[in-house]
Amino acid sequence: MSAQSQDTAVSTGRITRALIYLVLLLFTLFYLLPLYVMGVNSLKPLAEITGGNMMALPQIWTFDAWRSAWSTAQIGIEPTGLKPYFLNSILMVVPAVTISTIVGALNGYVLTKWRFRGDTWVFGLMLFSCFIPFQIVLIPMAMVLGKLGLAGSVPGLILVHVVYGIGFTTLYFRNYYAAFPTELVRAAQIDGAGFFRIFWRILLPVSGPIAVVSVIWQFTNIWNDFLFGASFGGTSQPMTVALNNLVQSSTGVKEYNVHFAGAILAALPTLLVYIVAGRYFVRGLMAGSVKG
Amino acid sequence: MGFLDIRNVTKSYGAVEVLHRVDIAVEEGEFLVLVGPSGCGKSTLLNMIAGLENISGGEIAIKGRVINGVHPSKRNIAMVFQSYALYPNMTVGQNMTFGLEMHGVPKPERDKALAEVSKLLQIDHLLDRKPGQLSGGQRQRVAMGRALVRDPDVFLFDEPLSNLDAKLRVDMRTEIKKLHQKLRTTIVYVTHDQIEAMTLSTRIAVMNKGYVQQLGTPKEIYDTPANVFVATFMGSPAMNIVPATVRLREGVPHAELTDSEGQTRHLRFSQPGLAAWDGRDILLGIRPEAITDPEGADRKSGNIQALPNRVGVTEPAGSDTFVTMSLSGRDIISRMRADVNVQPGQMFDFAVNMEKAVAFDPKTEERIAP
Repeated sequence: MSAQSQDTAVSTGRITRALIYLVLLLFTLFYLLPLYVMGVNSLKPLAEITGGNMMALPQIWTFDAWRSAWSTAQIGIEPTGLKPYFLNSILMVVPAVTISTIVGALNGYVLTKWRFRGDTWVFGLMLFSCFIPFQIVLIPMAMVLGKLGLAGSVPGLILVHVVYGIGFTTLYFRNYYAAFPTELVRAAQIDGAGFFRIFWRILLPVSGPIAVVSVIWQFTNIWNDFLFGASFGGTSQPMTVALNNLVQSSTGVKEYNVHFAGAILAALPTLLVYIVAGRYFVRGLMAGSVKG
Repeated sequence: MGFLDIRNVTKSYGAVEVLHRVDIAVEEGEFLVLVGPSGCGKSTLLNMIAGLENISGGEIAIKGRVINGVHPSKRNIAMVFQSYALYPNMTVGQNMTFGLEMHGVPKPERDKALAEVSKLLQIDHLLDRKPGQLSGGQRQRVAMGRALVRDPDVFLFDEPLSNLDAKLRVDMRTEIKKLHQKLRTTIVYVTHDQIEAMTLSTRIAVMNKGYVQQLGTPKEIYDTPANVFVATFMGSPAMNIVPATVRLREGVPHAELTDSEGQTRHLRFSQPGLAAWDGRDILLGIRPEAITDPEGADRKSGNIQALPNRVGVTEPAGSDTFVTMSLSGRDIISRMRADVNVQPGQMFDFAVNMEKAVAFDPKTEERIAP
């Protein structure tokens, strides 16, 4: 019976395969269409966009829109381009991702290998934090930041994102370390390694896949966050807020080519992170779910 | 006072006591095996010696030093885990010297110890490999090497062979025994496999439901089991247990049984002490190898009793043939020579070596004779 169905699978294989690829190709094209439109139009002079076909390739290729978006475009009241805000975002996202990932890893380590009374409750509450919408915490968060004197600063934003991210990073690391054999920790204890030594020498070296997941997740979320940036950014607003100010400006001519270039600039870092670390992403997400 | 003293040790989780007043004194160089079915508390006891579980009551001492509350790394013990617990990111060499490194032993000394032990275990060509690149048997050796390198007072083995395939398990068993004979180290070894327990140990503690049922040499455990549990747990196939009645005939105690045809049979006991049980019910325990064909019976035995009975099933196993019959409503297994000529359904003269028979009290299930 099974041999028979295998036979038919082989004989129709070619056509089925071709069909599958065709469908996949169509989906891919559809999916890439927005990127194509953005890319093409960011390389045109404005006149070509307002006067002509949005789908057509540029007649005059120019990087003027990119230059403008990066360094001279009017953001709010200053003609600074996106550059300083890009820097703000980097200054915010790197420490926030690093700190939340490290804290998440330590939490996961403690919650699985140094279990204590009520640890499942602690984990449950941390998990709960993943389900709290951003908007709910805006006012309490503003009060806390004000009391700490961190309102409207990059460290303030880092704190907000770390606090918000710990729930997710803890979830990732806890589930990853839950599949990690406890006997190894016990063996290391007998060998004389302490709490941090076991973490550093035994667990961390094998945490690569899940660290990548955590970094991608945190990087994407923090980089793309608009609400916290707009609410608590003050004078050091991140890229997303600046992009909004660029695109939503109600005065002057709408420079679509500059807007497109700016949007691509804003999306570039996350795209880069995915391309560099993407193949670990799926592997890490699957880790622990299947034994072996 | 022994080398490793386990005095009145109990373990409880909340109100539930899982290990009751265990009292074992292990001499230096002894190979103590803790054996029992899963959940009997043997691994818990081992973990308490290792310091991975705290001791609820009583005390454990190594070389006279009480180690309750002492950190595992300061007890001078080494443990081989069931999963081997090799650090996956380190090479074999790093795995084996990690403990020494953590104890601040300088590198030249570490390398020396590593060279010695890896040579002893014949893993010196594997030192640069990662555990993932090793076979099961090699991992097992590395795990033992990691324990040996530290030259501890007591070695703890937690079911180290249960992850190996049958053939390798037998090889490694011999290997461990050789190693013990050579190094004369003190070992506490946990297993649920009674053959491992019999072959490896100098003494066995048979455990069940948190109690040590019997502590003794393999021979004591096998020949004079303390109770029905030990009798049936140790030995494969298990000891046959049949309800019987003690009858005095001409002043000598006999076991009265019913054969498969409904006939009453009498087997003479070698233990005159059983005369006190005249007329009372007992449980008669006979090992399969004590029931044979007349030619295969132990010539040195002074009490071979003939027992004609109908053959149930024959199971040729290569080296032996197992023949079953029915006695007093129970299936009895006998172990005979491989080439014995027995057909299912025929009447056959079984020869029972009553010198090896054990009698148990049917109520308490404790041994009453010998």
